[in-house]
Amino acid sequence: MRGSSLLKNLLRKLMYGTWGAAPSDVYKKIHYRRIWISSVFITGVVAIAPLVFMTVVNIHQYHKTIKEEAMHPTSRLVSSNKRALEHSLIERKNALQFIANEKSTEQLADTQILRSIIDNLNSTFEHFVDLTFIDEQGNVINYVGPARYESKLRGVNYSQAGWFQEVRDEGAHISDVFPGFRETPHFVIAVRHRDPHGDMHVLRATLDMELLTSKIPSFSKDDGTDAFIINEKGVLQTASRFGRKALEKAPVPVPPKMAATEVLEKTDDSGRAYVLGYAYIEDTPFIFIMTRPLPELMQSWLSLRGTLLGFLAGSIVVILLLTTAVSSVLVGRIRDADMHHEMALHKVEYTSKMASIGRLAAGVAHEINNPLAIINEKAGLLHDFVDMTPEFPKRDKSLKLIESIIASVERGSAITHRLLGFARHIDVKIQPIDLPALINEVLGFLEKEAVFRNIEVQTFIADGVPSIMSDRGQLQQVFLNLINNAFEALKKDGRVGILIENKDPDLVVVTISDNGPGIPEEDLGHIFEPFFTTKTEGTGLGLAITYGIVRKLRGEIEVESQEGRGTSFHVVLPRIRGD
Amino acid sequence: MPELRVLLVDDEEELVGTLAERLSLRGYDVTYLLDGAEAVRRAAQEPFDVLVLDVMMPGMNGLEVLKEIKRTRPEMPVILLTGRGSEQDSQTGLELGAFDYIMKPVKIDRLIEIMLKAVGSND
Repeated sequence: MRGSSLLKNLLRKLMYGTWGAAPSDVYKKIHYRRIWISSVFITGVVAIAPLVFMTVVNIHQYHKTIKEEAMHPTSRLVSSNKRALEHSLIERKNALQFIANEKSTEQLADTQILRSIIDNLNSTFEHFVDLTFIDEQGNVINYVGPARYESKLRGVNYSQAGWFQEVRDEGAHISDVFPGFRETPHFVIAVRHRDPHGDMHVLRATLDMELLTSKIPSFSKDDGTDAFIINEKGVLQTASRFGRKALEKAPVPVPPKMAATEVLEKTDDSGRAYVLGYAYIEDTPFIFIMTRPLPELMQSWLSLRGTLLGFLAGSIVVILLLTTAVSSVLVGRIRDADMHHEMALHKVEYTSKMASIGRLAAGVAHEINNPLAIINEKAGLLHDFVDMTPEFPKRDKSLKLIESIIASVERGSAITHRLLGFARHIDVKIQPIDLPALINEVLGFLEKEAVFRNIEVQTFIADGVPSIMSDRGQLQQVFLNLINNAFEALKKDGRVGILIENKDPDLVVVTISDNGPGIPEEDLGHIFEPFFTTKTEGTGLGLAITYGIVRKLRGEIEVESQEGRGTSFHVVLPRIRGD
Repeated sequence: MPELRVLLVDDEEELVGTLAERLSLRGYDVTYLLDGAEAVRRAAQEPFDVLVLDVMMPGMNGLEVLKEIKRTRPEMPVILLTGRGSEQDSQTGLELGAFDYIMKPVKIDRLIEIMLKAVGSND
């Protein structure tokens, strides 16, 4: 809970740290947040997208290269082994074919000659177990080989066997490995023999499985590579290195028939990826198969991919942090510039408004002053007449009436005087200012308001407060704003204290205090910001302009507030406005 | 006490006429004029004891009249009548040699007090 709020604060700081919006600034906050979001999004996407694209392309390319590199040796091994195997099979088939062509039926039917043939074959090629000579009807005519098999062959008729028909029609046959009635699995190569009379015989050789096994390459112990031969029905023709024996079901499915060597990427039942290399051996039912576990080959690839992805993730984090920070700073600057601009506009507007009001007030005051002077003189003359005529009817009453007229003229005159005093010096003009008198003048404007609101205003002036060099109109505005604010804070019934003192020979401090509700601590830092307001119909400019004027007059303004106790504004003014 | 001869100059006849009448009622010999240039001419010819002069006048204004009078009749004291809000002009007037200034609307007793002081200081 605590941790998450901490994180949230950190994020907020990262986002809005440089442009913490004032509460009254909700519209603008949303506006700038939108700019911020699009800035982060666009720069982020522009920076990250090519990076992601490049990484994906790289990974893909590396993967392809590494896979090819992993598969190529497999392909080569499969090819060379297939060739060797094919060669040894064709070699034997050709030898057998040569013998069938070379020898006559009589010779092949002669056990003595056939025995010398198999001895010769074995001395050259090895792995011949026996030779059988069979007539066109499928009857065994002659047999040489281990004596223990001979009895089993006597009287066997092959005329219905598939291989026999194939030899008769096609000329040659190489069989699968099969157990037959011999002890070890074996396979046969059979070829056709024709004698000059056109009679057909078949010469059949049995070869032991060793011939195939000897062609399987061996691998080091920790190499997971396996190589074996299967037939087209998916039966192992040689033992698999990892547990399965010949004639058991092959550990891999039968791959599709292809003329050339193929390498495929496959997944086994337990989900492990492996490389399957295979080659069909022509004119035989054999398929040479080689499997290599992929993870071992791809080890280097995985670590490379890890590095790439790590780099990508790191870069994305750095880019996001940077774009976030840069966007925050930029948006903050834009907002500050906008605010200054708007503030300046408002100030210009306000100043020109004040100037117009000032000119209007001055004009009105002048115009009214003349008739007032005339009324004053006429009433004065009337007063003289009545005064000098003892028998004037209702003399005393008349004198009182005339004096009342004169007093009213004086009041009117005081008002025009105040208007003129306020209207004067719209432009900055430095002159000696008697601060107590100036503040009294300002209070004159607010007298009625104070009475109406039942606010008690007390002014304390320390001894020896000197007059200062400053601008009269601007100072009037400052104190009018501050005292008016104090009145507004109090609403009704309260006290406003104004203290004028000079703690330092070069500085005069005017403190305006109220015993109102005070300003909440979180708002204290914002009150001089433009557009900050807690009033429903405030512009949020009063204190900002006040602050601006005080700064322009080379002064300082500070605020102190305690909730429930009241607020004090200290305006520190230099005795001489240094330029 | 010899009768004091006062020259009153203001472009507003309603005002200056009434003020002149009030001063006459109090025993002063008052002449009033509505024009600055006329005032300069008359002041040169007649022995007025004191000049009460409005600052804001069309044509030749109070300050110009004052300058001229100070050239032709330097011994004659001049009291300026000013409207509210032209203290700056009054200040200039004092620098030009006016005896004092008084704000409109005028309190007659205050005016007489200043006139007597001006004439007295002149003796």
